[in-house]
Amino acid sequence: MTTITADHYDDHAHDHHDADHKPAFFQRWFMSTNHKDIGTLYLIFAIFAGVVGGAISGLMRVELREPGIQYLQTWANFQHSLLGVEPATLDQAYHLWNALITAHGLIMVFFMVMPAIIGGFGNWFVPIMIGAPDMAFPRMNNISFWLLVPAFLLLLGSAFVPGGTGYGAGTGWTVYAPLSTSGSAGPAVDMAILSLHISGASSILGAINFITTILNMRAPGMTLHKMPLFVWSVLVTAFLLLLALPVLAAAITMLLTDRNFGTTFYDAAGGGDPELYQHLFWFFGHPEVYIMILPGFGIVSQIISTFSRKPVFGYLGMAYAMVAIGVVGFVVWAHHMFTTGMSVNVKMYFTAATMVIAVPTGVKIFSWIATIWGGSISYKTPMVWALGFIFLFTVGGVTGVVLANGGVDDVLHDTYYVVAHFHYVLSLGAVFALFAGFYYWFPKMSGKMYNEFLGHLHFWVFFIGVNLLFFPMHFLGLSGMPRRYPDYPEAFAKWNGVATHGYEIMALGVLIFFVNIFWSLIAGRKAEGNPWGEGATTLEWTLSSPPPFHQFETLPVIEETAHH
Amino acid sequence: MKKVKSLVLAGLLAFAPALALNGPVFAQNETAAAPAAELATPVDADPRSSDPGAPADSADANVANAASAPVETVAAPPRMKPTEGIGMPRPGEITLQEQFTSTGHTARWLHDKMLLPLITIISVFVAILMVYVMIRYRRSANPVPSKTSHNTAIEVIWTVAPVLILLAVAVPSIGLLADQYKPAPKDALTVKVTGYQWYWGYEYPDNGIPEFVSNMLPEDKAKANGEPYLLAPDNRLILPVGRPIKLIITGADVIHSFAVPSLWVKMDAVPGRLNEKSFTIEKPGVYYGQCSELCGARHGFMPIAIEALPPAQFHQWVRSQGGTLKGAEAEKTAQAAPANTAQKI
Repeated sequence: MTTITADHYDDHAHDHHDADHKPAFFQRWFMSTNHKDIGTLYLIFAIFAGVVGGAISGLMRVELREPGIQYLQTWANFQHSLLGVEPATLDQAYHLWNALITAHGLIMVFFMVMPAIIGGFGNWFVPIMIGAPDMAFPRMNNISFWLLVPAFLLLLGSAFVPGGTGYGAGTGWTVYAPLSTSGSAGPAVDMAILSLHISGASSILGAINFITTILNMRAPGMTLHKMPLFVWSVLVTAFLLLLALPVLAAAITMLLTDRNFGTTFYDAAGGGDPELYQHLFWFFGHPEVYIMILPGFGIVSQIISTFSRKPVFGYLGMAYAMVAIGVVGFVVWAHHMFTTGMSVNVKMYFTAATMVIAVPTGVKIFSWIATIWGGSISYKTPMVWALGFIFLFTVGGVTGVVLANGGVDDVLHDTYYVVAHFHYVLSLGAVFALFAGFYYWFPKMSGKMYNEFLGHLHFWVFFIGVNLLFFPMHFLGLSGMPRRYPDYPEAFAKWNGVATHGYEIMALGVLIFFVNIFWSLIAGRKAEGNPWGEGATTLEWTLSSPPPFHQFETLPVIEETAHH
Repeated sequence: MKKVKSLVLAGLLAFAPALALNGPVFAQNETAAAPAAELATPVDADPRSSDPGAPADSADANVANAASAPVETVAAPPRMKPTEGIGMPRPGEITLQEQFTSTGHTARWLHDKMLLPLITIISVFVAILMVYVMIRYRRSANPVPSKTSHNTAIEVIWTVAPVLILLAVAVPSIGLLADQYKPAPKDALTVKVTGYQWYWGYEYPDNGIPEFVSNMLPEDKAKANGEPYLLAPDNRLILPVGRPIKLIITGADVIHSFAVPSLWVKMDAVPGRLNEKSFTIEKPGVYYGQCSELCGARHGFMPIAIEALPPAQFHQWVRSQGGTLKGAEAEKTAQAAPANTAQKI
C-alpha cells in the first residue's frame, strides 16, 4: 500500500558514520537511552522472567500429575530451610502452593508478556516502523525499563517473608480482598503490591512514551492510516495502559492502606465492600488481557502479510477492529464476577456486552485468512508460528463465548475451563505471537539468521506440548475441577496426568528455542537487511541488520502508491 | 517520595515480628480436618454416628458422644451412600456433570446442544479454511500473489454473520439468566450457609436448627465411608427433595464460593453480604462440591456435600436435630437445642 523512497538514506551510508558510534558497555546498557538497546534489555528481562514463571508452572504441574500431595511438603521445607526456620507445617505447604500460583500469574503477566511484547518489540520496532530516529522521551524510556528490575526483585523477595499462613503472597494474581488484607498478615503481600505499583508506573511511563512517539514523530507521509498494523496495535495498547493502570494503582493503594493504616475500603465492618476491589481490579484486569494480546495481533498481521507477499486484507477494518476491541474491553469487566451475586440486569448486560467482543475478533481472524488467500506463502518459522497463533487463538476465543454466558459461567467460573480458556488466548495466543515476532525480527535485531530447522522443530514440539497441556483442562473444568487446588479427587487424575506430560513436551520445545538462540548468535549466517524478500514492506527492512545505532538521521519519506 | 517509601516500609516491617509470634497458631501438622473438628462434634454426635452403615464420621465422635450427647428421641435417617458418578465428577469425564435441577437442565442444554456444537463448528470451519489456503496458496502452487486487499461485500458478511449468531445465542442465554434469578416461593426452605477458613457452616432458621459446621473427612475416613476423598465432609447439608430451597450465603472471614456442579450452583460467600441462591433438587442423592474462590491455605480442602432426602426423611432429620417443623407435620418437637449452643462460632 505504500512504498518507501530509498534515495534519502541507505543502510551502508551509516557504517562509517557517527550514527553507529556506540557508547562504552556500562553507559550503553545501564544508562541507555537508545530505543533498540532498551528493547533488547526488555527482551532479555522478559526471557529471564519467563523462565522463572515457566519453572514455577513446572513445579505446579509436577505436583498435579497425580492425586495427593507429593512434593509440596518437600519444597516448603526447602523454602523454610533457606530461611533458617523450622520445617513447614502442612498448612504452610498449602500456602506455598498459593504463593506459587500467585507468582506464576504475576510474573507471566507483568514481567514476561508485557515487557516482551510492548517493551521489547514495541521499543525496537515502533520508532523504526514510523521512520523515527528514537522514542520521544529516551530517558523516560530508560527509567521505564529499570523500574521493572526492582519491581521483579520485590515480587521474588516476597516469597521469603511471611505472608499469612506461610511464606510468600498467597492471594492469587487478582489479590482479592479480604484474603489480601485481613487474610494475609506479614509483609509478603505488601511487597507484592509495591511490586505491582512500580511495574505499573513503569508501564504508564512506557505508554506515555509510545503515544507521544506515535502521534508526533511519524516520518513525512506516514499518516495514521498508513502506519503498519503493529504500530496501530501498540498505539491502542498504550491508551489501554494509560486508562487502566491508574485504576489498578488506586485499587491496590487502598489495599495497602486497608492493610497497614486501618482504612476499611474493602471491609464491610467499616462500611466498605470487598466487591469494590473486584470491580476496580477487573476494570483494569479486563483491558489488561487486551494489553497482552493486541500487540500480538499486530505482530501476526505483519508476519502474515510478509510471508504471503500480500498487503494486509482490509487494513482499515483491522486497525479499527483493534480500536473497537480496546473500547469494548473497558465495559465488560464484570464478566469476571458473575458469581459474586450481582443483580440479574447487570449480569444480562455484561453477558451481552462480552459477546460483542467476538465480532471485531472475528473480523481479525477472517481478515488474516483473507490476507493469506491468493498469496504466495513461504513457510518460514515466523509464518508457521503466526498460523499456529490464528488457529489456537480461535479455539481460545470460542471458549470465551461460552464463558460470556452468565448463566453457563455459574458452573464454569473458577474451574479449569477458565484456566484452559485464558491459557489458550495468552499462553497459546500471546506467547505464539511472541515467538513469531522473535523469529521474525531476530535477524534484524541480531544480524544473524536463526536456524530454520530448529525453529520449525521448536514450533511442532511446542505446539503439541501446549495443546496436550491445556486442552484437557477444558474437560477438567467441565466436570467441575476448581482452580488453584494443590490436590484433587481421583476422578480428575487422568486429564491432569495428560496435562503434565504436555508440560514436559512443551518444556522440551523451550529448550530447543534456547539452543536455537545460542547456536544462531554464535554460528548463525549473517542476515541481510531484508531476509524476507518482497513481502516485507515495513521500514525496518530497509535498514541494515542489525540497524545502525541511530537510524533515520535523515527522515525517510513515505509516498502514496496508486492502489491504496 | 523517598520519605514516604521508607515510612511504608517501616510499617511493613512492623508486621514481621507479629507474624513470627503467631507462627504456632497455624502450626498444625494434623490432617486438614483436625482444627475445626472439635467444633463440629456436638452436632456430629447424632445417632448417625452409631449407625453401622456409616462409620464414625468425625475425628472424636466418641468423645463428643460421651461429653454432650443430646437427649434426642428421634433418630436421624441413616447417612446416605453416594451413587458412583452421580453428584460427583466421573473419572476421565469430558463434559458437564449430570444435572438435578431445572436450571441445570436448561443450562446444560444451552451448553451441550447450542454452545458446544457452535464453537466446534466455528473452530473446524476456521481450521478447514486455514488448511485450504495453506495448501492452495503455498509458493510452489501460486508463485505470483494477488494484490487484492479489499472486498467490501465479504467484510460486511463476516461482520454481520457473527452478530446474527451471537443474537441467536443471546436469546436462550438471557432466558437462562432470568430463570436462575426467579425468586424463591414463600414456602421455600431457607438455609443459611456461611463460609469459614476452612469449613462450611449451615443453619436452618425456619426449623430452629442452629448452625453446625462441616469439615472435610480425612482420607482414611472418607475411604471407609465409601465416599470420594477431598469431596466428602463429615456433616452434610441436608435438604429436602422437590421443595424450593433458598440458600442465604455469606462469608465469615474471606471470600469463599459455595459450588455444587451437579445442581448448577455457584455463589460467592462474601463477608458483609448476603447472597441468595434458589433451586429445587429433583432426586434424592448426595451431591458434592468444592469451595470455588481462593480463600487461603486450605482452599482446596473445604468440600461441600448436599444430601437430598425425600420430605418425610427430611422431617425426620429436622426432628432428630431438635428442630421444629412449620405447618403440616408440626409435631412434638422435643427438647430444643440447648446442647447445641456450644458449637456456635
